[in-house]
Amino acid sequence: MTQSNIERLLEKGVFVVTSECGPPKGADAEAVRKKGSLLKGVVDAVNVTDNQTSVVRMSSFASCLILKEMGFDPILQMVCRDRNRIAIQSDILGAAAHGINNILCLSGDHQSFGDHPGGKNVFDIDSMQLIQTVRTMRDEGRLIGGEEVKGRPNLFIGAAENPFADPFEIRAMRLGKKVKAGCQFLQTQCIYNLEKFGKWMEMVRERGLHEKCAILAGVTPLKSAGMARYMKTSVPGMDVPDELIDRLKGVPKEKQAEEGIKICVEMIQQLKEVPGVRGVHIMAIEWEEKVAEIAKAAGLSPRPEA
Amino acid sequence: MIVGNRKPLEEIQEMIKPYKKILILGCRECITVCAAGGEREVAVLASELKLSRTKEGREIEIKEFTLERQCDYEYIDQIKPFVDEYEAVVSMACGAGIQYTAERFPQKIVLPAINTTFLGVTLEQGVWSERCQGCGDCVLHLTGGICPVARCAKSLFNGPCGGSSNGKCEVNKDTDCAWQLIVDRLKTLGQLDRYEDIIPAKDWKPSREGGPRVRIREDLRLD
Amino acid sequence: MRLSYPTNVKIIKVPCTGRVDAVTVLKSFESGVDGVYLAGCEIGDCHFIKGNIRAKKRVVYMKELLKEVGLEPERVEMYHIATSDGPRFAQVAKEMTEKIRALGPSPVRGPEKTEEAKEVFEA
Repeated sequence: MTQSNIERLLEKGVFVVTSECGPPKGADAEAVRKKGSLLKGVVDAVNVTDNQTSVVRMSSFASCLILKEMGFDPILQMVCRDRNRIAIQSDILGAAAHGINNILCLSGDHQSFGDHPGGKNVFDIDSMQLIQTVRTMRDEGRLIGGEEVKGRPNLFIGAAENPFADPFEIRAMRLGKKVKAGCQFLQTQCIYNLEKFGKWMEMVRERGLHEKCAILAGVTPLKSAGMARYMKTSVPGMDVPDELIDRLKGVPKEKQAEEGIKICVEMIQQLKEVPGVRGVHIMAIEWEEKVAEIAKAAGLSPRPEA
Repeated sequence: MIVGNRKPLEEIQEMIKPYKKILILGCRECITVCAAGGEREVAVLASELKLSRTKEGREIEIKEFTLERQCDYEYIDQIKPFVDEYEAVVSMACGAGIQYTAERFPQKIVLPAINTTFLGVTLEQGVWSERCQGCGDCVLHLTGGICPVARCAKSLFNGPCGGSSNGKCEVNKDTDCAWQLIVDRLKTLGQLDRYEDIIPAKDWKPSREGGPRVRIREDLRLD
Repeated sequence: MRLSYPTNVKIIKVPCTGRVDAVTVLKSFESGVDGVYLAGCEIGDCHFIKGNIRAKKRVVYMKELLKEVGLEPERVEMYHIATSDGPRFAQVAKEMTEKIRALGPSPVRGPEKTEEAKEVFEA
């Protein structure tokens, strides 16, 4: 057992709520605190993104510390794009030493999407190997190179999966690999197509993966029909059904955001009923002020004491 | 083969600005096959340079010469009798050939006219595609004969990532997702069970041990 | 038919326009021509099946090369003219000549040839 709040709650069978905080493009600690204050008492843990979409931002590690001071149980996101195994392992040790209890292991978006497309990527190891690395450091007290770790990093290990990416048939199999590597909780890509997600969950249950790894279903409220269309056509691996876009188009422009929130709440309520789903991860992209409203409407507040 | 692209004329013009007599040196190996630095491309570059110099009103004398290979001294030495007549050599070989020519004639200015890009294959006439990055430790037996290092944008050993969509890579809609190809091929071969195995962190030593890699076959050495 | 066409057009006979490559055309610019056009068969009529289609693609490449050098890409052109179509041949020769005349002499003729060109272009 780690000191992780979500690990403790999941163990107790609580349906957990997580959200995320994207650090600012600058050294402004206040910006992190401001975003944090919007999530206070609303979530059980908060993900802190690691230069998401390859745009330079305040480091995930540093932002985690600020949120930790505020009483959060941050989830350190770590991508393999920017660090080799030496830097990755060193950061893991540092984070654990500072009392960070959760890590989310990701490969990371390709740098061509970000603000430094001319940068050289690293990808010394991939997300699967990163999970393995954290697990070995924690459970066996060893680094990739075989050296012993004095003071093991006691981290609750998570990963992400996109149930809507291709090839669909191996998606659950891939999660199986992550679980085998040491993944204990999983946050999914945002779900709009409940039917397809259901099919994926079926494959996950067939393999018994939901019992070895807590599945937290990802949701993102849509601000408008335009955003829905953009997600559908321009974000790779995103599955937004036409009915949803039509539903948003069906209400006047100024009411679309409200409708988007409603859709998100309904989605959470339906996801709660899917066997094997043990929590929800609300990603309100640059719309963090709405997370509290969504969680409340979905009957997810108040949160148990941390 | 090694595939390269000819540099834009402007860049080459800038490099040869100080010179009035140059030797353009092609190579008949890979760079000829990928139509970047063979005899014909040497002729095209020579002609382009002459035309642009004439336009500027500055004279230039160009000798065109194409070697069997620029990665062997035996061939490079063929320019020995006349190389000193030229102020600079513009090499149209791959990066290896350009360097070896420079190494053979340490007093001579040797300039690159080719951007060496990858180890690849001919998809169809006029189209080449990368297949190998020379990592020094081949895993093709594990991945259905498709290389994750060279063909996945993130070189993932346990892909595909969440950006694989309809068989294409998130980075470029025209690029096949290497892991979709791997999964498809493993299926065809009846080896999809191999996908369940986690490929551990790669030992990159054979790739970047430090400094240039050297291969020796003692039995073939003459000394 | 006794058709006339401009005397400045010099004909170089090739077995097929598919025979003409970029080097040949660049060399002719080096030798001082102001423009080059390829008169190939109609699409679908190539004796070698695709010679004229290949030539057409090469002309696109040649235009790129001319641009790189700083010459107008219009100085090289591809035309498709049926073997039996004399009037069209004469018409194209006139058309191309007028086009090149409008562009002016090639800037890469070299000094002495530019003098010569003046006479032709100002005539």
